[in-house]
Amino acid sequence: MTPSADPGRRASHARLLRMIVARIGVAVMTLFLVSLIIFVITNLLPGDAAQELLGQTATPAQIAALRHEMGLDRPAPVRFGLWLAGLAGGDAGMSMVTNMPVSAVIAERLPNSLLLAAIAALVSVPFALSAGILSAVNRGGRIDSALNLATLSMVAVPEFLVATIAVLIFSVELRWLPSISMLPPDATLLDRLQSLAMPVASLSFVVVAQMARMTRAAIIDQLDRPYVEMARLKGLSARRIVIGHVLPNALGPIVNAMALSLSYLLGGAIIVETIFNYPGLASLMVNAVTSRDMPLLQACAMIFCGIYLMMMLAADLIAIIANPRLRTA
Amino acid sequence: MIAARPLRWVGRLRPSGKVGLALVLLWALVALLGPLFAPYSIGAFIDQSVFSRPSAQMPLGSDYLGRDVLSRLLSGARYTVGLGAGATIIACTIGTSLALTSAVGRRVFDEAMSRFMDAFTSIPSKILALVMVAAFGSSLGLLLLVTALTYVPGNYRIARSLAVNLNQMDFVQVARARGEPIAYIAVREILPNMIHPLLADLGLRFVFIVLLLSALSFLGLGVQPPNADLGSLVRENMSGIAEGAPAVLVPALAIASLTIGVNLLIDALKRKAGA
Repeated sequence: MTPSADPGRRASHARLLRMIVARIGVAVMTLFLVSLIIFVITNLLPGDAAQELLGQTATPAQIAALRHEMGLDRPAPVRFGLWLAGLAGGDAGMSMVTNMPVSAVIAERLPNSLLLAAIAALVSVPFALSAGILSAVNRGGRIDSALNLATLSMVAVPEFLVATIAVLIFSVELRWLPSISMLPPDATLLDRLQSLAMPVASLSFVVVAQMARMTRAAIIDQLDRPYVEMARLKGLSARRIVIGHVLPNALGPIVNAMALSLSYLLGGAIIVETIFNYPGLASLMVNAVTSRDMPLLQACAMIFCGIYLMMMLAADLIAIIANPRLRTA
Repeated sequence: MIAARPLRWVGRLRPSGKVGLALVLLWALVALLGPLFAPYSIGAFIDQSVFSRPSAQMPLGSDYLGRDVLSRLLSGARYTVGLGAGATIIACTIGTSLALTSAVGRRVFDEAMSRFMDAFTSIPSKILALVMVAAFGSSLGLLLLVTALTYVPGNYRIARSLAVNLNQMDFVQVARARGEPIAYIAVREILPNMIHPLLADLGLRFVFIVLLLSALSFLGLGVQPPNADLGSLVRENMSGIAEGAPAVLVPALAIASLTIGVNLLIDALKRKAGA
């Protein structure tokens, strides 16, 4: 009998599929609510873009004409619908300050931010995993206490302190690295890596600490389960218990912890990109706030929230697939 | 009870907790009394040279305009600690009240509120704060509100899960059977039993809020001149970084010592309670 013909297995596959579809449905629903929240907040105050663009000297007739042209005289639900439909189709309107389509402005910056986040993630995950496993296995011991103090302090440090100290050491004292990340288009790979070093290090600092703490918690939660005691009673070595029994079971929670802390990269990037003048999406968003460029701001916020929700979704899906009990429950 | 034998309570803290407590007390004192000890007025131009090194006249050197860094730090701490504490209390009051209403009140309210809060938590806090600052502006009152609102959902989540668990307990069921009003059950039966984990969450929110506030000020979107909190002090002196001026580093270290102190204290208290 082939596996796919096994009715029990087919039923559990169907159940798994239903769980995944349901989880994706929740994510889409949440994204819709998030877009509603962002739209409401950015449209809460009276005084609008037309007023702002024309300034104090404009006559009411001029303002009314521009409002009509920009579609601002339509009721809010209609504007929300149009905005959302535009976003879904990749058209987020015109950036008011640069007078370019928002999508074009963002397309230029987004890859830079993704690159920064990807490298920071690649750097942080191995550190965080080893620190988390190390302290969980030595629970209550000296290494655990030392790592606890270190990570507890690291999560409370503002990003700009880490970045400032990094600049002070590596570009002012040692003169190894440039203090800003402006790159000419013909920059070599080495130049690029050099200019990324400090932003990546500053971003990873806090993320590693958070991730290590959550990894430790996830593993300790597993270490307290009866099956670990069983394995110990069987006489297995600590290493085999951790690698062969605990890690596979803790995979779901660990991936979840990784996703949660990596999503922190999004917020941390705001400070780090600004300090190092890195041409990414986060510094673009800060500029949008300063210049009150609402279409650009809304689009940036939606992208950040979309990425965040996708990471949470991915983490939950991996947890569902990795946990046999969730699959068959 | 705690106040009656303060030394024993402190004495039983682990060393890191004592360090944390000392830092918290130090910053509370600075926030309350700091400006009284400021050697100069915060706006006074004391030094001809900018970013000067520490000296007998100016223990922390001068800033980018030749003003006394120590005096500005003492007054900046008041904004950071004051706004942070205020926003924390607002956030936790709103979050916990809504959570208690969710737990003991109608199911419909709980469902709707929990969905809404879930959507709010899906917006990373700094992004949410930036959107609100862009929409509302950043006067001191609005900053207080923005940073508080940003952390309401987190507090709601914790408080709701605590309250829902307590709501299942026998003593709450007994109170219900006695016919006590819902408000009585929430405030007199449930709230006192979740106060310890709630206080720990209050401390954590304070750390988050101080970091968020400092980040906003650092970006120039928080406390606006002529007022300056610790984050603004870092921002305005960023040009001194090439000289390694204390004017940049000291305010940033001050923020870190405050938030690390609170974290260490909470950690030590939690472990004491857990042990």
